[in-house]
Amino acid sequence: MPQTLEACAPPLHPMAPRMTPVTRFIRESQDVFTFDLAPEGATPFAPGQFNMLYAFGVGEIPISISGDSQAPERLTHTIRAVGPVSAALGKLQTGDRVGLRGPFGVGWPVEAAKGFDVLLIAGGIGLAPLRPVIYWLLRHRAAYGRVGVLYGARTPDDLIFRSELEEWRRTPDFQLRVAVERAGPEWTGDVGYVTPLLSKLRFDPADTVSMICGPEVMIRATALTLEDAGVADSRIFVSMERNMKCAIGHCGHCQFGPLFICKDGPVHSYDHVRNLLAYREL
Amino acid sequence: MKDIADLLRHHPFAEGLDEDTLSLIAGCAKNVVLQQGDYLFREGAAADSFYLVRHGAVALETFVPARGPFTFLTVKTGEIVGADWLIPPYRSSFDARAVELTRAIAFDGKCLRGKCEADPRVGYEMMKRFIPPLVKRLQSARMQALGMYDAANA
Repeated sequence: MPQTLEACAPPLHPMAPRMTPVTRFIRESQDVFTFDLAPEGATPFAPGQFNMLYAFGVGEIPISISGDSQAPERLTHTIRAVGPVSAALGKLQTGDRVGLRGPFGVGWPVEAAKGFDVLLIAGGIGLAPLRPVIYWLLRHRAAYGRVGVLYGARTPDDLIFRSELEEWRRTPDFQLRVAVERAGPEWTGDVGYVTPLLSKLRFDPADTVSMICGPEVMIRATALTLEDAGVADSRIFVSMERNMKCAIGHCGHCQFGPLFICKDGPVHSYDHVRNLLAYREL
Repeated sequence: MKDIADLLRHHPFAEGLDEDTLSLIAGCAKNVVLQQGDYLFREGAAADSFYLVRHGAVALETFVPARGPFTFLTVKTGEIVGADWLIPPYRSSFDARAVELTRAIAFDGKCLRGKCEADPRVGYEMMKRFIPPLVKRLQSARMQALGMYDAANA
């Protein structure tokens, strides 16, 4: 069969990073920052997918995409500086380059959730992987029932995407509740653990799809609360984190029982992982 | 004009309460309006009352020297403020401050304790209404104490 030169060109190997410039850098809080990358050509992604970002000379880490999937010419990532690689990424400036591989993984079920009420529950930096879902829901608002977002953070100073939180709070037909764990007297919003705020949202449990992203302790507690409220475990989706290295299911670092978080996830339906979450060895 | 029993009847606290018990405990209650910044009670003071929030929000706070007051929980419409009236030495263990205009039903704790002692059935009804929110707050406090959103758990 005749082949064109283009067809003969080797595809970019999934392990080969693309040199990609930083085009915008925003500090969200003391230890969280957001930057945009502009890869050559549009890089389509689904809400919930992640990229591997390589800080040259330091290392590579998986980071969920926090931007708008309808604007794939720009890849936005929101990162908390907790280790050497994320700290190095936090020192980048506009014009600097990172190594980019991806997007990888299975994202949030935004298509399957059409026609349902949708609840998003985020803890800490967990709001970042859910922000693409919020963009999606706002863009396709008529396709969904009631929409509610719960977001928990340590303190008011740790809230990310603050201007958007205000925008979403003012958005009609969009329920947003934000809770911080502790606050000074200037904070007039909710203080306490985020999950009890579920009772403040309007939704029909029998027709609700829920998506949770945050610390695993919070995921477990929130999923149980949703089940208690009547949401089916097959309609609860959680974003899992494990030690992802290759991002293509080859290295086994992120194995979670029979699953590889990098290629079978990071988003899983709760009924597929609930028993695995009980194993402390995993 | 609604009397205190009517107001109480419309609060989730009274759900499932029979009319006799409702009338009995209403004798220990009064309607209060708190402006933003008003304190319902202060840490260390005698815990002689509790509140059912009808509308509004109340911050539960602890003062930390050199850092100022810290809110650890907000209590909103339909919820209960204050449980120290239940157990000796009946002393408030935190400050409670209205963060917005708040309407509430205030109960005289000593009056209600007397009625609970006199009729254990009333006491049991009170326990059924206080224990669930207290257990939930304990569970929430445990999650908050874990520092879930700290860097080590990010």
